[in-house]
Amino acid sequence: MANKDDIKFLSNPKIGQKRKKYCRFRKFGIKYIDYKDGDFLLQFINEQGKILPRRITGNSLKYQRKVATAVKRARHLALLPYVADLLK
Amino acid sequence: MRNYEVTFIVDPVLASEEIKATAQTYVDLLKSKGCEIVHIHEMGLRQLAFAIGKRHSGAYFCVEFQAVDGAMINDFELAFRRDERIIRFLTVSLDKYGVKYNEDKRKGLIGTIKKKKVEEKRDERQERQDRRGNNNNNQGPRRPPAPAAEQDVAAETPVAE
Repeated sequence: MANKDDIKFLSNPKIGQKRKKYCRFRKFGIKYIDYKDGDFLLQFINEQGKILPRRITGNSLKYQRKVATAVKRARHLALLPYVADLLK
Repeated sequence: MRNYEVTFIVDPVLASEEIKATAQTYVDLLKSKGCEIVHIHEMGLRQLAFAIGKRHSGAYFCVEFQAVDGAMINDFELAFRRDERIIRFLTVSLDKYGVKYNEDKRKGLIGTIKKKKVEEKRDERQERQDRRGNNNNNQGPRRPPAPAAEQDVAAETPVAE
């Protein structure tokens, strides 16, 4: 039998809570973003090939800048498209 | 010495030996300018994300090198611009993290990034659990108690029968 102490919440308190965003480069200690790795950079662009904002990726400003340059370099080398439709 | 990295795409219409010869000419050009070649990475024939000059694929090469100063880069890039066999090129100066990344990649520490990420995440979690365990006066990991409880239940049932 469940004790009264076990039942603290009628509903799950974690529902409706927003997961805290974090900068994955800070968290995992990634210092360099390779522009030749198109598959990795695919995480930071949307279906149209646009760079996703920090608001969504959660990157810190320092690494968002690096991501942006890496994506732009990859585009120049035709590793990523400038414009696309249904990229993912 | 400064660290640079040049990536270029060679026309895939050429024969495979010609492609290699083209790449080799630029490596030789770098050497003749007094650069030290760190590594030559053949990324192979790849599909381009968009057509460049009616070409849909290209042979990618990446050469990492050390130069005394950046003055020779202009001459070097001029050779690329004049060459019709080169579809695209990009010269990038590497910071210390870039050099380290390339070294690690050569050693095979960085395989596919996705795999590495998963491993790293696990490590992080373990570390954090360890830390928590230490902070909370060795409460220990959460999982082990659960099987023990099951065992208790299992032990109790025969007694009840």
